[in-house]
Amino acid sequence: MAAANPSSPLPGVVAPRRLALPSLAEPARFVVAVLAALTVFGVILLLQGENPLVAYRDIFDTTLRTKYGFSEVIVRMIPLLLCALAVAIPARIGLVNVGGEGQLYIGAWASSWVALTFTGLPAPVMLPMMFLSAVIGGAAWALTPALLRAKGWLNETISTLLLNYVAILFVQYFVYGSWKDPQSANFPQSRTFVHAAQLPTFGDYRVHWGIIFGLVGAGVLFFIFRFTRWGYEMRAIGGNAEAARRSGIPIATYIVMALLAGGAMAGIAGFGEVSAIQGRLRPSVSPGYGFIGFLASWLAGHNPLTIVFMTFVLAVLTAGGDSLQINQGLPFSSVNLLMALTLFAVLALRSKPGGERL
Amino acid sequence: MSTPFAQGVAAGAIRSGTSILYGALGEVIVERAGMVNLGLEGCMLVGACFGFVATAETGNAYIGLIAAALAGGVFNQLFGFLVVTRRANQLASGLTLMFFSLGLTAIVGKDYVGRKVQGLDTWHMPLLSDIRWVGPVLFRGDLLTFGMVPMALAVWYALYRTRWGLSLRTVGENRTAAFAAGLRPERIQYQALFVGGMLGGLGGAHLSLSYAGVWVEGMTSGRGFIAVALVIFASWQPLRAIAGALLFGGAIAFQLQLQARDTSISPFLLDMLPYLLTLLVLLVWGRNRQYQMPQGLTEVFEGTS
Repeated sequence: MAAANPSSPLPGVVAPRRLALPSLAEPARFVVAVLAALTVFGVILLLQGENPLVAYRDIFDTTLRTKYGFSEVIVRMIPLLLCALAVAIPARIGLVNVGGEGQLYIGAWASSWVALTFTGLPAPVMLPMMFLSAVIGGAAWALTPALLRAKGWLNETISTLLLNYVAILFVQYFVYGSWKDPQSANFPQSRTFVHAAQLPTFGDYRVHWGIIFGLVGAGVLFFIFRFTRWGYEMRAIGGNAEAARRSGIPIATYIVMALLAGGAMAGIAGFGEVSAIQGRLRPSVSPGYGFIGFLASWLAGHNPLTIVFMTFVLAVLTAGGDSLQINQGLPFSSVNLLMALTLFAVLALRSKPGGERL
Repeated sequence: MSTPFAQGVAAGAIRSGTSILYGALGEVIVERAGMVNLGLEGCMLVGACFGFVATAETGNAYIGLIAAALAGGVFNQLFGFLVVTRRANQLASGLTLMFFSLGLTAIVGKDYVGRKVQGLDTWHMPLLSDIRWVGPVLFRGDLLTFGMVPMALAVWYALYRTRWGLSLRTVGENRTAAFAAGLRPERIQYQALFVGGMLGGLGGAHLSLSYAGVWVEGMTSGRGFIAVALVIFASWQPLRAIAGALLFGGAIAFQLQLQARDTSISPFLLDMLPYLLTLLVLLVWGRNRQYQMPQGLTEVFEGTS
């Protein structure tokens, strides 16, 4: 393997380019990465006795070919986009938030609590309250890791990661327990939300207001990162925390606020899922949107505008998982493989500036 | 209800802790070489799946173990390609491989869901296993549970008493210095990943071939991440990992014993215990461990590019 290649063993020394590929422009590299992933996944499909061309045509037909298919891609993109932003904000100051999945679940739980408790409210009061509670819930779930990190006691990567499992169990505790709909015999799920608690969708499609939240959020964050003092100070912390601290930037405050803002974003994703898509709280709110969003943000270099594009691509793949399940009889999670191969190829092909870390 | 509660927890701690210990030992080797592999979760899942499939096909659980170890080692080479050769971000690469594994094992294992196999044999040490209390806890188990302490000792020996271990730790502390001293950092990191992956694969195989005895999609359910956290708790020392694995295994066993005894506490709340305990332990004991961290890791935990 290339391990024996002695060209760049030293961090900090720019290696001579080994492949022609990394010199291509970024978009071209991305296309190459996707094609490479499709090829490898195609071979795996062949080994499973499936015709990859048919499978890919099915994915294409069910996602991008029809208006409805496209709308379903957007439906998947909404939580991915919000969860990716949940990663991008803390990442600006060098924090790794792997807790989007858990923050999404708690956001979903908090807005469900409002929907199931205050059933008499009219929609104009109900929906903002659900939104707000999702924001608070998601942020609250990020609070412990944020405080621990700000104190310098515990790295946020591990804490946010482990809290995901706790959050999912927390939701299950309610859905299997006191919130279980007595009429849904063996299905563990809450009662259906009252109409006022259901976020409106556009036309006959399931695309809902979440896409506005996501796109506006991405735009606002781009503006903040790029043009404001906050963005400037965040970049300073991300670049050299020690220097930033000495120049008087309140690092601990930024750490807490960035993680809370991230948690709030993921919480909003949970709100959209229960309110607009499922209309009730189920034990499985998300098939891993938090994790996929994490990867989307990394692939996009935590740039909010690039994230919009990346989450769209990953949404196509996620929606393609349904097609693989229905048309090829493969388990839904096999789409994780296609997604991972894409990410793998992108990570492998990305040329990094010299002096990258280990 | 014949076994007393404490005995059930103690025996369960060892059984539940086995997979976590092997995973953690693998991660100790990898982190000592200067890498943080969150893909351990995926590595263990690959071991669980391939070990089970090989056992189902050959009818021999020991061939399954070999398959699991090899699969884990090879799987980790993918991580090596990303982070060693291509210098991609380690945390993102690790999570990518976790996804890779989720998808791969779902496809490979789909015809094996619900199949029964003859898993690892349970051995009863003659005479010793009849001792009251201690016998059933310490002297009944399978190859991997009996192998826990010897394996931890072997990893300790390899890291601290061999030239390879010295080179590996040097690379983990400072790649540049290691290179200047004539070592091949990249090659050593790939080797560390292979050995670590074999251990992770064995840990996963213990889940599907002994602990659960079946293959279930995504059956590791965070044990790989717990093992990564455990490495910090163990301050990168193989022998301390044993205590950690037993502690976490104990938390799992404790809640299982409670559930078996029909308490009124919800199983979902009890299931949270191992994760919360991990956090608590890291908080109480992990705080001053950062100073013992291999230098090469500090950048991984503090950088984002």
